[in-house]
Amino acid sequence: MALLTIRDALNQALREEIIRDENVFVMGEEVAEYDGAYKVTRGLWKEFGDKRVVDTPITELGFAAVGVGAAMAGLRPVIEFMTWNFSVLAADQIINHAAKMLYMSGGQFKVPIVFRGPNGSAYQVSSQHSQAFEAFYANFPGLKVVMPSTAADAKGLLKSSIRDNNPIIFLEQERMYGLKGEVPEDDDFTIQLGVADVKREGTDCTIVARSMTVPLALQAAEQIQKEFDVSVEVIDPRTIKPLDIDTIVNSVKKTNRLVIAEESHYFASVGAEITYQVMDGAFDYLDAPIKRLSCAEAPMPYAKNLEELALPNVAKIVQAVKDVCYL
Amino acid sequence: MEEGQIARWVKNEGDKFDANETLAEVDTDKATMEMTALSGGTLLKILKSGGETAALGEAIAIIGKEGEDISALLAETASNGGTAAKSEPPATAGGSAPERNGIDRNEQPAPATTVEKPEELQLEKTSAETPAPRIAPQTNGAQRSEVSYQQSTGRMIVSPIAARMAADNGIDLRSLTGSGPNGRIIKRDIETALSSLVSSPKSQVGRAFVPSTVVGASQFREENTSQMRRVIASRLAESIGPIPTFYLTVEIEMDNALALRKQINATLTDNEKISVNDIIVKVAAMSLIKHPFVNASYQDKSIRFYEQADIGVAVAIDEGLITPIVRGANLKGFAEIAAEIKDLAAKAKTKKLQPDEYTGATFSISNLGMMGIKEFTAIINPPESGILAIGGANSVPVVRDGAVVIRNIMNVTMSCDHRVIDGATGAKFLQTFKQMLENPVLMLM
Repeated sequence: MALLTIRDALNQALREEIIRDENVFVMGEEVAEYDGAYKVTRGLWKEFGDKRVVDTPITELGFAAVGVGAAMAGLRPVIEFMTWNFSVLAADQIINHAAKMLYMSGGQFKVPIVFRGPNGSAYQVSSQHSQAFEAFYANFPGLKVVMPSTAADAKGLLKSSIRDNNPIIFLEQERMYGLKGEVPEDDDFTIQLGVADVKREGTDCTIVARSMTVPLALQAAEQIQKEFDVSVEVIDPRTIKPLDIDTIVNSVKKTNRLVIAEESHYFASVGAEITYQVMDGAFDYLDAPIKRLSCAEAPMPYAKNLEELALPNVAKIVQAVKDVCYL
Repeated sequence: MEEGQIARWVKNEGDKFDANETLAEVDTDKATMEMTALSGGTLLKILKSGGETAALGEAIAIIGKEGEDISALLAETASNGGTAAKSEPPATAGGSAPERNGIDRNEQPAPATTVEKPEELQLEKTSAETPAPRIAPQTNGAQRSEVSYQQSTGRMIVSPIAARMAADNGIDLRSLTGSGPNGRIIKRDIETALSSLVSSPKSQVGRAFVPSTVVGASQFREENTSQMRRVIASRLAESIGPIPTFYLTVEIEMDNALALRKQINATLTDNEKISVNDIIVKVAAMSLIKHPFVNASYQDKSIRFYEQADIGVAVAIDEGLITPIVRGANLKGFAEIAAEIKDLAAKAKTKKLQPDEYTGATFSISNLGMMGIKEFTAIINPPESGILAIGGANSVPVVRDGAVVIRNIMNVTMSCDHRVIDGATGAKFLQTFKQMLENPVLMLM
């Protein structure tokens, strides 16, 4: 095991997959000579050159389209969006082309492409650069949506995503690039898509968290254990689509209570979907209405204090757990 | 102590009282305690009258200043079943009425954080197990509106897992008070009920039987069980299974009843003829009306007294036995009872009985006399409180007026549910039963 930041774990995954498969290449704004806006692609251009690491103009729709075409032609592109906020410019390529091609070509064209980049809030980057897109992309059939929360998950899931034959929406988190974690030192370390991970076992309440809310949920769980002797289970689905609902439903059957913490807005969110599916699969086991914490229903404020108020935090999660446990 | 029964109110509604005056007497498990006022005031409204039971913390009365508006408080106690929310300890219990002048509650539909209002008297847990009045908790507007919602819908609110656990464990949700928001019954409440179920077998009675709503079943009234009756019930139940049963046996001289039967049958066609058992059913039914405690059913917190005697008559069938019911047997003549039993027995043997024809009896009779049994004991069919085991009438020599004579003697053993029927109660019933059978003319009285 090696102690790596999520940034370096992603870098390792890219490097190993570029070496492993000659069809893999990385493309995006400033990914080559500048080492990437967030340095996820650091050193790759120097090591592998122009053919495998490609700088593009500021044309999201254009380079996303080049990626989709390359994937149809047999390559395995990894397209970096400087942030997922810019992916809306490329949404036509992602939703109308990448996601539909296998179906509309009657299975003739696979599109093995990974779109990746930071998703959700950062530090005071305001309304246009703080949005979480998982619910948006997960809504369309044909796309897989992946959201790691640890260095090991980041590496294992990115490698699986690159090897997957479907278009993948790979959502990182800018605030988390520097988080360190143990990562297996195995070139072939992968994590299967569609499998949730129980980050902390517990018996009294389940928290489903993803990406940035996972470390918050773990802190909240520790605090609740100390203060109220309530044992909280924390589940990270890791893959939003396909969603490992069984792990969540089984946990709720055990704990009878569920809190969902997410960085996205609440309306038609992934939390809303999980709420429905848990109701469907564990209705008779619920002891309290499911509680959900989402981003405030407002464009993200620039002001630091307001930004903090808009997002889920440890105190809010603790309160939600208390609510569903009737404490 | 978990609850107390108001033995009687010493003060009446409208009465003024000073501090330390006795307001009411409360029966606890152990003794009758006086409940005294901590401060002076006026008894504005009694919420639990004498004979009613209140749980700890439940409002039993409202005290305050004479003429004070208590409508909001009344609505609140009515909607939350009288259970006040948790409040601070009674450190402020001395707050006197005059301090609350000048506040028009009608203009404050949604009170903010503090609402001045009359006190609710509550039973309170104290180390001495002495109930004491205290000031009712302050309720904010949001809670109040939730409570009134519950009242307006009248629905029982239960979390899904709580409902499932209650069903799995046979817990009657109506017997529980929910501790969740809006009185929602949650998992914790079921767990509490389950743990008390383990410690007190009497609660099992609650799940035994829901009275039949079938048309024709007996109407009943329920009288609250006294604290003593409940202790007797729980202690005896702990002794012998869920139903503490004891047995009373009596010898009955049947010569007069047999003669009566002969006279009646002489006037009837073969199809209409009555049996000894038909007479027994009628006599038992009439005796039951004279002894309401035997025509009753233990319901955990109350005893259900039936107005008519619906007699279950055990009928052996191939698979076992079933007890079709003669409804209102006390009101029916011999011929009617005979015809009905014949009809029911035929249906029983061909398995054509409808559920309302075999569920919801108030008392049962099992007769094995025709099978040569002299004497036996029968098992009570809950929630009934008794069953008669009828042996055969045999000619035996007995002493009457100093001479040995031959008489037809029938042994009858009654099984009694001790939670309802005490030894003397059962004996008196059997006495009436015996007297009527031995002198059927008494049935006319």
